[in-house]
Amino acid sequence: MKICVTASSEGLQAPMDSRFARAPFMVFIDSETGDAETIANAATSAGHGAGTQAAQTVTRLGAEVLLTAHCGPRAFEVLAAAGVKVFGVEGVTVSEAVDAWKAGKLEQLENSDAAAGWAG
Amino acid sequence: MKVAVASGKGGTGKTTVATSLALMWGECTFLDCDVEGPNAHLLLHPEIERSAQVTVPVPRLHEEDCSYCGACADFCRSHALAVVPGKWMIFDQLCHACGGCSLVCPTRAIYEVDRRIGEVRFGHAGPIRFVQGELDAGEAHPIPVIEDVLKEAGDQGDVIIDSPPGTNCSMIAAAEAADVVLLVTEPTPFGLHDLTLAVEALKVINRPAAILVNRADWGAGEVHEYAAREGIPVVLEIPHLLVVAEGYARSRPLVESAPEFRQDLLGLRAALARTIQERAA
Ligand code: SF4
Ligand code: SF4
Repeated sequence: MKICVTASSEGLQAPMDSRFARAPFMVFIDSETGDAETIANAATSAGHGAGTQAAQTVTRLGAEVLLTAHCGPRAFEVLAAAGVKVFGVEGVTVSEAVDAWKAGKLEQLENSDAAAGWAG
Repeated sequence: MKVAVASGKGGTGKTTVATSLALMWGECTFLDCDVEGPNAHLLLHPEIERSAQVTVPVPRLHEEDCSYCGACADFCRSHALAVVPGKWMIFDQLCHACGGCSLVCPTRAIYEVDRRIGEVRFGHAGPIRFVQGELDAGEAHPIPVIEDVLKEAGDQGDVIIDSPPGTNCSMIAAAEAADVVLLVTEPTPFGLHDLTLAVEALKVINRPAAILVNRADWGAGEVHEYAAREGIPVVLEIPHLLVVAEGYARSRPLVESAPEFRQDLLGLRAALARTIQERAA
C-alpha cells in the first residue's frame, strides 16, 4: 500500500510539514518494500485551489493513506471521495510517522480542521 | 466626464468624497463599484427601484458521459475541478467561469448552468442616477459584479465611480472605465506607500490621476513632494474634521456636515476636467 507524508524536505528522514497543501514536498512510501519517492508539491503556489490540486496529486500517485496534520475542507472532500484515509501526525520525521501509523498509533481525521478560506 | 474615486487602501474617506462630489455635481450617474462592501447608499439615500442578479456560468456534469479521464481537472488553472476514480467534483467558488473545461472534455460531458454571485441595484437619489453592485457573502470573484455595474456608465453624461479599495484587478477595472482617477489618500507612511502603488498601476493603464489629501492637517508635506515628483496635481486638501466623521456615523454626507467644502467640491470638478485636458494636450 502506498502512503503519502507531507514533508519539509526530501526522503524518509525529512521532518514532516504539518500543512497538507502548502507542504513543499510529499514523500510516497510503499509500506511493503519501504521504497520512498519524493515529489515537489506543485500546489504550493496554487492560491485558493492548492487543496484540490494537492489532493489530486495524492490520489493520482495511488496513495491510499495520507499522513499530515492540517487539511483544508476542499482537499478533505476530494481525498474522501477518492477513499484516501487521512491520519493526523506532526513534529516527527517521515519515517517515524510511517512507523507510528504501522503501529496503529495514529488517529484517523474525520473532518477538515481548517476554515474554507484556508487553502490547506 | 467619467471620474473614478479610488484609494490605495480602505478607510481613507473615498466614499465620503465620492458621494459628496456627486451631490455637488447634480445630474450624474453614481456607480458604487465597491462591491465587497458597498456603502454609498448610506450617504446618498437613494430610492432603489429594481435589482438584477449577477450570474456566472459554472460547469456541471452529465455523469453518464464522463470517463473520469481527468482532462478537465488538468486544464483548470483555478483547481476548481477535481476528478478521482468514479467521482467528478466542482468547487463553484474557485471557478473563474472560463468555460475551458467544457471545451477540453473529449466526451462533451460538461454543460454549464448560471450561478448567482451577487446583484446590481438601480435607483435614484434626486438628480443622481444610482447603481450599486454587491458581491454575495462567501464569493471570491468580484469582477463580474463590477463589470455589470460599469456597463451602466454609458457613452453620455457624467459618471462618478466609487472604486473598490486597494490596487488590484477590481480597482483597475473601475479605473479603466474612467477618464480620470481621483486618488484619495491620507498623509501617513502607509497612505503614501499605497498611493505609490496606485499611481504606478494607473501609469500601466495610462489613466491620468489627481490626488485629494484627506486629514491633510496631519502634515501633507511628503504627499506634496511625491506628487510634484510624479507630476500629479494635488487638487484638494481636507482636514480631519470631527463633524465629518460624526456625520458619516449618522449617515450624513460631507457636504451636509461640513458645508464649507461645497465650494471646494465644485472647484474639484473643474480641476478634474483640467487634469484630463492637460493629459490630452
Ligand atoms: S474531461 Fe470530460 S470525461 Fe474527462 S473527467 Fe472531465 S468531464 Fe469527465
Ligand atoms: S470553467 Fe474554467 S475555472 Fe471553471 S471549472 Fe471550468 S476550467 Fe475551471
